[in-house]
Amino acid sequence: MSVDFNFMIGGEAGQGVQSVGFLLAKVFARGGYHIFADQDYESRVRGGHNFFRVRVSKDKVNAIADKVDVLIALDSDSIELHRAEIARGGFAVFDEGKAKRVKSEDGSLLSMPLEKLAEDKAGSKLMTNTVALGAALAGVKYDLNILNTVLVDWLGKGDAADKNIAAAKAGYDHFRSEQKDDFREIKPFAETRRMLLNGNEALSLGAIAAGCKFMAAYPMTPASSIMEYMAAKSREFNLVMVHAEDEIAAINMSIGAAYAGVRAMTATSGSGLCLMVEGMGLAAITETPIVIIDGQRPGPAVGLPTRTEQGDLQFVLHAHHGDFPRVVLAPSTVEDAFWTAVKAFNLADKYQLPVIILTDQHLASSYCTVDELDLSQVTVERGEIFPENNSENNYDPAKYMRHKVTKSGISPRAFPGLSKALVVTDCDEHDEAGHLTEDAGERTAQVEKRLRKMVPLKKEMGKPQKYGPRGAGTTLIGWGSTYGAIREAVDILGKDDIRVNVLHLNELWPFPAEAVSDAITKAESSYVIESNATGQLARLIKAETGHGVTGRILKFDGRPLTPAYIVEAVKKEVG
Amino acid sequence: MATMSDYTGLKPAWCPGCGNFGILRALNKALVEMEIEPHQVLLVSGIGQAGKLPHYTRGNVFNSLHGRPIPPAIGAKIANRELIVIAISGDGDAYGEGGNHFLHAARRNHDITYLVHDNQVYGLTKGQASPTSDVGYVTKTTPEGAASPVNPIALAIIGGASFVGRSFAAETVHLTNLIKKGIAHRGFSLIDILQPCVSFNHKNTFQWYGERAYKLEDEKGYDPGDKKAALEKALEWGDRIPIGTVYEADLPVYEDQLAALSKTPLVKQKIDSRRVERLLAEFA
Repeated sequence: MSVDFNFMIGGEAGQGVQSVGFLLAKVFARGGYHIFADQDYESRVRGGHNFFRVRVSKDKVNAIADKVDVLIALDSDSIELHRAEIARGGFAVFDEGKAKRVKSEDGSLLSMPLEKLAEDKAGSKLMTNTVALGAALAGVKYDLNILNTVLVDWLGKGDAADKNIAAAKAGYDHFRSEQKDDFREIKPFAETRRMLLNGNEALSLGAIAAGCKFMAAYPMTPASSIMEYMAAKSREFNLVMVHAEDEIAAINMSIGAAYAGVRAMTATSGSGLCLMVEGMGLAAITETPIVIIDGQRPGPAVGLPTRTEQGDLQFVLHAHHGDFPRVVLAPSTVEDAFWTAVKAFNLADKYQLPVIILTDQHLASSYCTVDELDLSQVTVERGEIFPENNSENNYDPAKYMRHKVTKSGISPRAFPGLSKALVVTDCDEHDEAGHLTEDAGERTAQVEKRLRKMVPLKKEMGKPQKYGPRGAGTTLIGWGSTYGAIREAVDILGKDDIRVNVLHLNELWPFPAEAVSDAITKAESSYVIESNATGQLARLIKAETGHGVTGRILKFDGRPLTPAYIVEAVKKEVG
Repeated sequence: MATMSDYTGLKPAWCPGCGNFGILRALNKALVEMEIEPHQVLLVSGIGQAGKLPHYTRGNVFNSLHGRPIPPAIGAKIANRELIVIAISGDGDAYGEGGNHFLHAARRNHDITYLVHDNQVYGLTKGQASPTSDVGYVTKTTPEGAASPVNPIALAIIGGASFVGRSFAAETVHLTNLIKKGIAHRGFSLIDILQPCVSFNHKNTFQWYGERAYKLEDEKGYDPGDKKAALEKALEWGDRIPIGTVYEADLPVYEDQLAALSKTPLVKQKIDSRRVERLLAEFA
């Protein structure tokens, strides 16, 4: 029997919404299920309304669902705001003290003494969230032992794990003794140890696997957890993460480290990236490899700090003045985020330019089960390095020129201090040797040399992903983190006999003009699907292929695109 | 062993008689006297007339953006601890555009040397007031006179820098010795250099500085390890301007606290992607 089941945990910041959500995801992943879980939170440390959704499915899922089967409400707002979303046969658990506004004798709203149980059985009200978790698991008759194992793995053996185990048992037992058995049962069906990763974790792991040795950044939602992860692993993996004084320092430190020969990156979000724009041009003119992660959130300015958007595409394509090559990648799933990071470092090194990874709050903080990351597939391509790997056969350090004009546009890199070659570069226009120049010929030669790198670079770019029936009349075109939602929408529409397919881009610049042009001309109608207000991809497509799309399906309220939203919008357009 | 000719770079494009020539000579002498080879040095500069200095000597050069020599200098030092990293700025670069980096580099006490050519005026953009222009100094952008100047020496001491000195471009031997001390010092070393601008600053001239500068080395009983005394000297400006080592302390160095740097420089470490396997296991 197929299982596609959704939990929602709602509450104030500080009530442990995230812990319960993460544990639920982990517990079902251990029972063989695929998970997709997302987080919706406000920009505050205490209070407000936050929720965490956990989708449990037998099949791989990469999007959230709009319906709720089990609501764990840690405060009364969560009941009121989400009770309408509870599907038939679903239920909500909440503390009896929080249920003052629940008047109806609705059989699906289950009031329980969660706080009292937490105090009596686990010694503290702080355990209320775990009691609720136990109750929810009882509601679907899931094996509580799996939770116990996960708790011990998470907290280690000891008092904290014991108290949580006791709290969960209290909730579980209470539910089983008080409630009728008319809710759906979900059984663990396989013992799996799939990884449960969020987008930022996947990017961080990819960066470490790629050999990133230096990161400098300034905390900014939703990118901060990348800094924190890299810092946490700095001892074990001999890397350095500097918490810089601002984003300007962060990117410039990373550029300095990259110039000195290590793989380096930074991570930020919109306004932080605005400050980094100056540095992006420095990397470009000094031809220093740098990976910049932009965790997009709604702008302009501070916008909606904890929410999601794909509003930075046109910004990162054009950020900084002057003409220079760059790369823009946008991972489509958590797993893809890992491989995107690996590729970003390779492209940065081989072509000596800034590589921007466009992720967003939704992908950054959404957890997904990932089957396997085959590390033997990770390649580290550092590009042409003087003197070991130097196509120009210029082995005399005295003759080394950092910005030598070559046919490919790629000038072999040397690293300062590692040989007698002097590595000279300048943010002014420079000659081949790296010294500043105002000579018209040198200027032209350097600009052309840098832009020439686009030719081999284009050949490195992957093709857009295709999904759905070939020859469908309608093609949906998306990019980045919306892949899962659009793909699922295609499936749902297919069941309603609306034949649509999808062309999805996770590598945006250099732009795959041929593939996109081909898809648009073959379809009767085409729609971009984007989390922004103006259809930034549609503008890019028009600019690069000359083709306009039929329409734009957009969402820019700061909440992620869902399959249901896309289905409804497509039906309006083509149904 | 390196000689002065090893440090002969491109022909300077500075105005004849510029204070920068003395600084260039002193830096080259310091490197030669310390038996440092050009390839062991990384010079990171910003924008302004001072920012051009690295092109006029020899070494590894990262001529960075305006106000930004410090961050790439820090990044490079962390990537390769064996490099001798010297950042070079003017007063606008260091204390205006790059003010935040200066404060935080001092606070974290990075192991780099910072030479600031302080001529109290903007040269490259032709004569506007700088963050260190004397109060009331009239320029095209400050027709009613410049506001109160920053005090880089006091800021650095309070900010946590472990070596703070000042010298004068005309005192080549004094400056050479101070640069040598700064390079040898472990931690953040600020050397603010009085540098007359012969084209745009007609107040703070060679003569003006020459009449006022006095050497702390000649002051009996002056102890650069005494922070209070150092701050007092830092506040001195006007009729008498102290030059020499104003403050010196043995403070924790940022790079010393990084476990990853305790053995091999980062740039010499091998990349082993398979080691990530154990991290993947943590997520299962």
